[in-house]
Amino acid sequence: MSVVDDAALQEFLDALVEDDPQQLYDSAPCGYLSTDPSGLVLKANQTFLTMTGYTHEQLVGRLAFVDLLTAGGRIYHETHYAPLLHMQGSAREIALDLVTADGGRLPVLVNSVLERDTRGEAQVIRTAVFDATQRREYERELLLSKTRAEESEARARALAQTLQQTLIPPTPPNIPGLDVAASYRPAGDGSEVGGDFYDVFQVGLDDWVVTVGDVAGKGVDAAVVTALVRYTLRAAAVENADPSSALRVLNTVLLRHDTERFCTVAFVRIRLDAAVVTCTLAVAGHPLPLLRTAHGEVTEAGVPGSAVGVVDELSLTDVEVRLSPGDCLVLFTDGVHEGRRGKEFFGLERLAELVAGPPAPAELATTVVREVVAFQEGVTRDDIAVVVVGVPA
Amino acid sequence: MDVRARNNVVELGRPDGIPMLFAHGFGCDQHMWRHVTSRFVEDHRVVLFDYVGAGGSDLAAYDPVRYGSLDGYASDVLDVCEALNLEDVVFVGHSVSAMVGLLAAKRAPDRFAALVMVGPSPRYTDDGDYTGGFSAADIDELLGSLESNYLGWSSAMAPVIMGVPERPELGEELTNTFCQADPEIAGRFARVTFLSDHRHELPQVATPTLVMQCRNDVIAPVAVGEYVRDQMPDAELVLLDATGHCPNLSAPAATADAIEAFLRTRQLVRS
Repeated sequence: MSVVDDAALQEFLDALVEDDPQQLYDSAPCGYLSTDPSGLVLKANQTFLTMTGYTHEQLVGRLAFVDLLTAGGRIYHETHYAPLLHMQGSAREIALDLVTADGGRLPVLVNSVLERDTRGEAQVIRTAVFDATQRREYERELLLSKTRAEESEARARALAQTLQQTLIPPTPPNIPGLDVAASYRPAGDGSEVGGDFYDVFQVGLDDWVVTVGDVAGKGVDAAVVTALVRYTLRAAAVENADPSSALRVLNTVLLRHDTERFCTVAFVRIRLDAAVVTCTLAVAGHPLPLLRTAHGEVTEAGVPGSAVGVVDELSLTDVEVRLSPGDCLVLFTDGVHEGRRGKEFFGLERLAELVAGPPAPAELATTVVREVVAFQEGVTRDDIAVVVVGVPA
Repeated sequence: MDVRARNNVVELGRPDGIPMLFAHGFGCDQHMWRHVTSRFVEDHRVVLFDYVGAGGSDLAAYDPVRYGSLDGYASDVLDVCEALNLEDVVFVGHSVSAMVGLLAAKRAPDRFAALVMVGPSPRYTDDGDYTGGFSAADIDELLGSLESNYLGWSSAMAPVIMGVPERPELGEELTNTFCQADPEIAGRFARVTFLSDHRHELPQVATPTLVMQCRNDVIAPVAVGEYVRDQMPDAELVLLDATGHCPNLSAPAATADAIEAFLRTRQLVRS
């Protein structure tokens, strides 16, 4: 810290007192304008004239502040700047481009105050104008980076959605003679690919497979594994009549694949006979599907088994379930019963009540997803997938 | 859907009066009207609101598709009318809201007793013989202005600014905020506003209309006001002795005078 002795300070202050106010005004380190309330320039300092290249004669009493702006700036002035000034008596740090005398553009930052007389009538607008050329260039760079970042985020989101669509059938699944309905909702805003999937495909005449599963984790890595799981199951279903055998093929594939990710699957093979619909299902680490009879009774179907992609030997059981007219099988992922509101879970009990309720199979899938989303007040932390297969009554 | 909350609806005046619905333009919010509405609260039911995306509206309700044209904003107007059961409405629209009111009156002519258009323009850009006053490049420049001026916008501030329905006196900490909006929304609104063309709807709306224009309005020149008057079946033009685009702020008394005189001649004041 430098020390200025009293005598030197006094000498300095004396010199300032001798500053001519006019000179202070004219050579101030910012442009200075006074206008009437309509914006007509009444006074401008030399700094402003130098900045803009106008002469006193060209400017004062002839041009209004808006005349010095670009057309776009004029709109901004009228829709933002002037309202601000009138509403709150001042406007600060407004970025504008002045049109200079030679037709060039001068980026400036502007502060204004509106002074009113004792009756509240607007008297004069005083405006300080700062050259912001370099600052504006920097801001343009910032804006450009921001725009680029936003574009790249939008691309990533679009990619995630495209990927998601490859994991979820694009059209509602359909099995002739059965009511099949599915509903899916990705976690959060859907910008990230989830690990839930379902699939409905035909393997032979009157022979269909429905799978619902969940690959651990989220994002592109998980999506790659989800795609592998989905297509492996499709291929395995052709060669393996038993669901458990198809799941064992998947287990071998996953264990050999360079991934730590495992998955849970409910695998249902559906054979349609003229009189009866037979479902054979195996459940690998997945929530047990619910069976709703035509009378509204709800029971779990299948036997719990081990998840796929963890150990060599899977404990799986094929269980046969016959669906009569009016019966339906409800397959879902853990995003349903583990949906949370605070510390409370949606729970299997609530799900069973919903399944036992009035909705027809066709509406049941969307009803469950809607209720689970509503339970979480719209904020879903996990994917939710529900597939319902029903026999028309 | 709670329209009152969504559009930050504020009701003033006498409940049994002829309703006056005041609509703000691009850039600010319902506070634009505060010096004008005071004149009408004694005899009228005065209703103020913010369009979705502006002022104290519910930003979450902003839908780029719905608000991709002025028709979406007209839907806001009709929603407010319906939610408050407003009949024989005197719609007072500033700037772009004049055309929003036109579209609303076209869709529901029975709802409106009169339109007051403050600084209207059916098309801001030039087109052949028609002089709107701006070129497409000018509008791009405006969008640039918006962007440079929204650098200070912080989404963290949004709930603070937008969440308070009836904001207290605008204090120092809220400087510039009542003209603030989410830059994305403001940019879209600017595009929708300044690239709109509703000239062909003017002859289709027979609602009694008062067109108010200022001298030296760089956004809506007097010739544009005359054009609006000439194209509408039942419109009259009042030239205000005020400059700029916001007589509701710069000359509120003259603005209120003109509206009052119009309502009186059209017998839209309940005694």
